[in-house]
Amino acid sequence: MRHHLAIVTAVILAVGSLLTAGPSHAQAKSEIVIGVQCDRTGPTQIVGTVLCPAFHDYIALVNSKGGVDGHPIKAMEIDHEYKVPPAVESYERHKKEGAVTMAVYGTPQIYALTAKLTEDRIPGTSPGFGSAAAADGGRYPYIFPIAATYWSQGAAAVEFVKKQLGGNLKGKKIAYIFYDNPAGREPIEVIEDLAAKEGFQLKTFAVPPPGVEMGAQVLDIAQRFRADFVIAHLFGGAPSVSIKEFKRVGYPLRKVVSFVWGAAEANIDGAGGFAVADGYYAMQFAGVGTDYPVLNEIREMYKKQGKEPPKEMASTVFYNRGVLIAALHVEAIRNALKAKPDGKLTGADVKGGFEKISNFTLGGLVPPLKITATDHEGGGLVQIWQVKNGKFEKVTDWFAAYQDVVGKHIKEAAKK
Amino acid sequence: MIHRECGVLKTTYEADMALYPLPIARWAVGVFAVLFFLVVPLTVHEYYLSLANLVWIAIIGALGLNILVGYTGQVSIGHGAFMSVGAYTAANLATRLGSPWPVNLLAGGLMAALVGAVVGIPSLRIKGLYLAIATLAGQLIIEWTINHVTFISGGVQASIEVARPRVGSMVLSSQRDMYYFLLVFVALAIVGTMNLVRSRVGRAFIAIRDHDIAAELIGINIFRYKLLAFAISSFYAGVTGVLYTYFLGIANYEQFQITVSIDYLAMIIIGGLGSVLGSIFGAIFVTLLPIGIRYAMEAFGGVFFSPQTVLNLIPNLRLMLFGALIILFLVVEPDGLNRLWRNIRNYFRVWPFAY
Repeated sequence: MRHHLAIVTAVILAVGSLLTAGPSHAQAKSEIVIGVQCDRTGPTQIVGTVLCPAFHDYIALVNSKGGVDGHPIKAMEIDHEYKVPPAVESYERHKKEGAVTMAVYGTPQIYALTAKLTEDRIPGTSPGFGSAAAADGGRYPYIFPIAATYWSQGAAAVEFVKKQLGGNLKGKKIAYIFYDNPAGREPIEVIEDLAAKEGFQLKTFAVPPPGVEMGAQVLDIAQRFRADFVIAHLFGGAPSVSIKEFKRVGYPLRKVVSFVWGAAEANIDGAGGFAVADGYYAMQFAGVGTDYPVLNEIREMYKKQGKEPPKEMASTVFYNRGVLIAALHVEAIRNALKAKPDGKLTGADVKGGFEKISNFTLGGLVPPLKITATDHEGGGLVQIWQVKNGKFEKVTDWFAAYQDVVGKHIKEAAKK
Repeated sequence: MIHRECGVLKTTYEADMALYPLPIARWAVGVFAVLFFLVVPLTVHEYYLSLANLVWIAIIGALGLNILVGYTGQVSIGHGAFMSVGAYTAANLATRLGSPWPVNLLAGGLMAALVGAVVGIPSLRIKGLYLAIATLAGQLIIEWTINHVTFISGGVQASIEVARPRVGSMVLSSQRDMYYFLLVFVALAIVGTMNLVRSRVGRAFIAIRDHDIAAELIGINIFRYKLLAFAISSFYAGVTGVLYTYFLGIANYEQFQITVSIDYLAMIIIGGLGSVLGSIFGAIFVTLLPIGIRYAMEAFGGVFFSPQTVLNLIPNLRLMLFGALIILFLVVEPDGLNRLWRNIRNYFRVWPFAY
């Protein structure tokens, strides 16, 4: 009995000390806080363990150059394991710490926070996930996809396939293989519309979660349906499995184009390396590779501190996306500070800052987005890269396709 | 509550049946009510109320699961799915018919109860691990249905936005409003469960848990009471789902996946199976402990590591510490936090005159 008591007393003391050691540190007056949500331990940790350090590296770079107009930036990160209740807690914590903009991470999380972000008038970004309908800035004033949504990715994929197949899709067969969850099904309506418009035959192949078993679907695509091209929209470990399976049934990988979450070095490595995946096309919403001025600056910054650049930089797809997200937040803050130089920013100011982003390319790493009060996606721009000679090689420059069809769907969704 | 019983002289049946026979216990409940309804919401920052709100939602869900697993002895891994049934019922009613939240809340709970009773049918023939797998199948079937039937899910995104609840002309949107909104249902759920488990129905549940053949021999209708346990438990789950939907402003299918079921199961096992207080302790523990660990790491992590390393360490160490603490608590007291609390209480009841 006595040792029970000792344990309980210890716990009570620990909890008490936690409460007193809480967030009582005073903030410098001109510091600007970004709330960063992250998944370093949950089901999408292969993304988070690279993307989040990149976010902090870029913020450190900005601060090493004196911040934004003299205001230091603080990126406050909270890991939510891809669960919703911790994301709610994280949001409220960030709000309490005075965050004026939030880098939300994860589809269920951005859905769960949409109402709160709008009520509290704090902009939240959802690059590469969340609802495609959020591109409509009138309907969702405080949600910023800031990267090509799944609808735009679907349209861009069809455009790319059209070019690859000689500029005419009439009578061609396109297979769409997707992870069977809402995010996986989202682009189908756009691709179906395009099938009617361009006259190609579309067949969809669902891969049930967790997406490690798709032999039957791939065999069907290669042998029975005999697709002329495959559009793949898979998550997590599934893209690697799909590459292996296509390889196994002898379907040429130069006839496969993947959406943005099957497009990273980690996915290729999981399939057995770049030699195995030779020919595979991957869609990107941020530049790939190490050859960008901003990445050189980050390496310089580490060198000055006498440290090696972090190993995360080798995973360029996710790393560069992290830099892109951080850079767009900083750019929005910069724009907001131009309108309000005293540095007392509110969420609404930063929202205005986001809506002024245009032609901010960071030396080619960021697409030339033009975010406006009505278009929070910024144009739906993507690049296609191909696995070739042991690395990703750029195949197309930034492009967006069928924005009329995508726009029609956004309008319809806004009416709901 | 820590108090000593003496002078209990009951002269009426009403006095004997009272939920709290002792005046001191009644006063303690009153103090808690004043604390949580008045002092806490009017003094603490909204952030802490948001934590409380997450705990409130977890408490209602955990109470429901404890009725089924702790009191009736029927293992279920489908709690998250029953929550989603309630959530989507309410969301559909709210958006299609524009019905007010009390109607949606009740309808969500009843629909979940119905589905829960159906999923509970295998419990008549199988028990233990076998039943766990059957309810797991229920979870997966419900998930699949919501994911694929757009009539229920409201479109391929499987998420339905719901307007904030209104009371009169007041729209409940801030964390403080939500705190009151949820606290009312937490109080109802606690009082409801406490009364349920000491009623005829509750005693039947306990008899089934302890030995179902013996229960049948003394005239308890196993068929009826097992399904009733599933229905009541799922009703709680459905209500939890509806409250969660109103709390977030959206019903989304990814909020109710199997990990949620497992989290709730963890809550009642850590808190204590077959006890109301245990459900509350477990819900608090599972919801707040990771957050507490993070605060500790933020405070002390910088002493040992660089900031970048701390950021990477916090989530990983938090998971490990959380797991380690669960093991520690269960080793110290296999019957859960509730038993730990009772041991402390019993110790102080005779203190300082133990033996």
